[in-house]
Amino acid sequence: MEKKQAFAGNRGPKVKNDCYISLELAKSGGIQLQLDSKVGVYYGGSIEKLCKEVLVHLGVRHASVTIEDVGAYDFVIAARLEACVRQVKKVEKAYVPAFIPENRYSSSAERMRFSRLYIPGNTPGMMINAGIYGAHGIILDLEDAVAPAKKDEARLLVRNALRQVNFYGAERMVRINQLPRGLDDLEEIIPHNVHVVLLPKCESREQVQEVNKKIASIRKGKKLKGDVYLMPIIESALGVIRAYEIASSAENVVAVAIGLEDYCADLGVQRTKEGFESQYAKSYLANACRAAGVQAIDSVFSDFQDEEGLRKTVLKSKSMGFEGIGCIHPNQIKPIHESFAPQEEEITKAKAIVRVFEKAKESGLGVVALGSKMIDAPVVKRAVQSIDRAIALGKLSKDWRTQDE
Amino acid sequence: MNKDKMVKNAVGRMVPTVINGGQAVAYKGVGKYRPTGRTHGVPIATCADYPADGNKLVPTLKEALIKAGLRDGVTISTHHHFRNGDVIANQIFDIAAELGMKNLVWAPSASFPCHKPIIKHLENGVVHHIEGSMNGDLGRYCSQGKMSGMGVLRSHGGRYQAIQDGELHVDIAVIAAPAADAFGNANGVYGKTACGSLNFALADSEYADKVIVVTDNLMPFPCVPWQIQGSNVDYTVVVDQVGIPEKIVSGTTQITRSPDRLLLAEMTARFCDEAGIIRNGFSFQAGAGGTALSIGIYFAEILKKKGMKSGFARGGSNKYLVQMLEEGLTGYILDGQTFDLDGVRSMRDNAKHVATSPFTSYNYHGKGNFASMVDVVILGATEVDLKFNGNVVTHSDGYLLHGIGGWQNCLFSKCTILPLPLFRGRVPIIRDEVTTICGPGELIDVIVTERGIAVNPLRQDLLDAVKRSSLPIKPIEQLKEEAERICGKPAQPTLGDKVVAAVKWVDGTVIDSVREVVEG
Repeated sequence: MEKKQAFAGNRGPKVKNDCYISLELAKSGGIQLQLDSKVGVYYGGSIEKLCKEVLVHLGVRHASVTIEDVGAYDFVIAARLEACVRQVKKVEKAYVPAFIPENRYSSSAERMRFSRLYIPGNTPGMMINAGIYGAHGIILDLEDAVAPAKKDEARLLVRNALRQVNFYGAERMVRINQLPRGLDDLEEIIPHNVHVVLLPKCESREQVQEVNKKIASIRKGKKLKGDVYLMPIIESALGVIRAYEIASSAENVVAVAIGLEDYCADLGVQRTKEGFESQYAKSYLANACRAAGVQAIDSVFSDFQDEEGLRKTVLKSKSMGFEGIGCIHPNQIKPIHESFAPQEEEITKAKAIVRVFEKAKESGLGVVALGSKMIDAPVVKRAVQSIDRAIALGKLSKDWRTQDE
Repeated sequence: MNKDKMVKNAVGRMVPTVINGGQAVAYKGVGKYRPTGRTHGVPIATCADYPADGNKLVPTLKEALIKAGLRDGVTISTHHHFRNGDVIANQIFDIAAELGMKNLVWAPSASFPCHKPIIKHLENGVVHHIEGSMNGDLGRYCSQGKMSGMGVLRSHGGRYQAIQDGELHVDIAVIAAPAADAFGNANGVYGKTACGSLNFALADSEYADKVIVVTDNLMPFPCVPWQIQGSNVDYTVVVDQVGIPEKIVSGTTQITRSPDRLLLAEMTARFCDEAGIIRNGFSFQAGAGGTALSIGIYFAEILKKKGMKSGFARGGSNKYLVQMLEEGLTGYILDGQTFDLDGVRSMRDNAKHVATSPFTSYNYHGKGNFASMVDVVILGATEVDLKFNGNVVTHSDGYLLHGIGGWQNCLFSKCTILPLPLFRGRVPIIRDEVTTICGPGELIDVIVTERGIAVNPLRQDLLDAVKRSSLPIKPIEQLKEEAERICGKPAQPTLGDKVVAAVKWVDGTVIDSVREVVEG
């Protein structure tokens, strides 16, 4: 390690809840800390204490450190400081903040994934409130949202966020970088109760398996329990062709997403709001996912101010067989949930089907009809799913059987 | 300030008994202080002393001020209907400085960032102190203990009361008007600086010794509606420009895109709905801030869905409130100030959009109080505490940065809700004790945060109403703890002993003191 001075974090007029740290190792003189904090009057003392604790833990005894702080939380300051130290010396044991008990919950393969909110992995100001908007999943993004020079520090920030930021019950997701860099990401994040790993620009079964192999080795080393699911993202023409191969490549693949920006670039066409250019890819992907028994997830809708357009897109996706879509802004969550949710007509019909079916079961009939239509197992299964979703989304009371009619 | 001149008031705060040489009464509790006697009188005028042709025009503002008796130590008032686009207040004190005046008192109905130049007049001794609000840089200056006198902060209603009581004696009122005639009749609904109402200057026009109306839009007599009556006016002045239109009202009001604010607004509207506050004929006040504005929009949605209509809405009016009026979702707008051009147009053209004054809205010496008839008001705050006390003037670091506005007056509504983020830039908003008490907790009913809603235990009726709700109702102590788990427990800044400003309650008593901020 030749580098003497290290920098980490962000600064500038738009930066919130972050800090910018520079660190230089010294031969003597102890820790010289210079703190310029917007919240210094409230937290100046505790920030200084934290920094000293982190540095001692990381084996730094002599250094000059300057911190420009705009309300960074402790886990952010610790991550920034560790990122600096790692640039100038080898770190034996990372400084890992406490894992808050609220984050000790698991996910399930079949859970609803209507909305997944992307949070840039190096932007702490957007992390603390990410869970309060009710998105089904929150993705801490280490890939496209992080500048190449910031990849290393983002990984530490995401690690600390997984432990300290309350996800309020949302599925805990991380989008890693493309392989092989993504394998290093796994090393840092897997031990911290990640539910779903998003694998970008996936083009083959082998990539999924490589990720799984890495996850298995980390889990074995750390004796971790609980499932880690995968959501490969297909973003190329080749990936689309191999959609079924990818979707069925491993037991823990629960969903496959499509990324249309890169797909369109690969195809050499413009992405449009109408989406004719991606019609084939989307249909093909939805079909492949259904065949493999996993969820098909649509690409983000990037104009976050166009709520009408978003609603239209979601209704179309739903009609094609998609079961979720990415969000880049919290204001997209409500329209997405409302559009993916079973509509009134659908709920009414589902209730009728379930009633008729349950009645028939009681009287021991195998095949039943509603009006002139035969009701068989797949129809019932779909109706039950609609009702479960309607209940989960607050559109239907749990006691619907006793409440009306 | 000598310690022996401080007393503990009914909310346990030490407050001065003497303010800038005058006696002050310590806060006694809500509705407890009932002064007797007679209100302040104005010098008797005789119409024979004024031009028979009604032409009171004087060539310049300087001349008008001299004629009005500008001299050392007088109190000059201005209104804040031009908000950050006011150019007249600064001119008044520039003229006073040029004439070598000292120790004046500025009594604005509110100050804005555009009034930063007053600082140089505080420094050079032209202005002794400010009674009104001190925002931004003026507040910072005052907080640093640099102002010669003690600042006095009052609510809009409290300002009316103070003028009536003679506690705030205005020697010269300068009323900038978007439209006026030479006799002094004036309003805010015509002209390029149209701002809606002029009624924050009503008390000034009625009680000041001398009244000057300044306009850049001289109308032929009669300038109607006469929100300010010419019979109260001594001199009129025409200038090139009284204000900067784009800083007075916005062309259009935009709904906030901030997801945090929208969430707070949605939760607040849901609370009102589930608590049974939203019903046919209900009345509400929601201000112009991002969160409050969106709440009005959610109210409109709920009313539409239920086929209901609100009886009246209190403004701060804007495009969205006007839309509600025009779509029949509310019966009337009772409007204290207007925030965009749709509001101005509506006030001018729609008889059901009524300009109100602090007197009609919430004057302590009125025979009854509009404010207590409103079903729900949505307000902001810089901090609240475990007793539900609220602060709107200082930040947790002690700096005075905002005025009270109508906030204290509105607390008298049947249900007062403060939608607030649980923390701002890592600083929790729920404290053990607020830095400055502006409103007692007994008048603050609900605090809505993105992480939970606290209902004042005094409002068992509200707690019962939302018992079965899926809304996250939590004790305020729990919310405070949640914030501190995320942010850490903030250290308590130490403030100096010197009182730099007094915060008045709506009845003129002193509810708290603002202390000097000692850096470092």
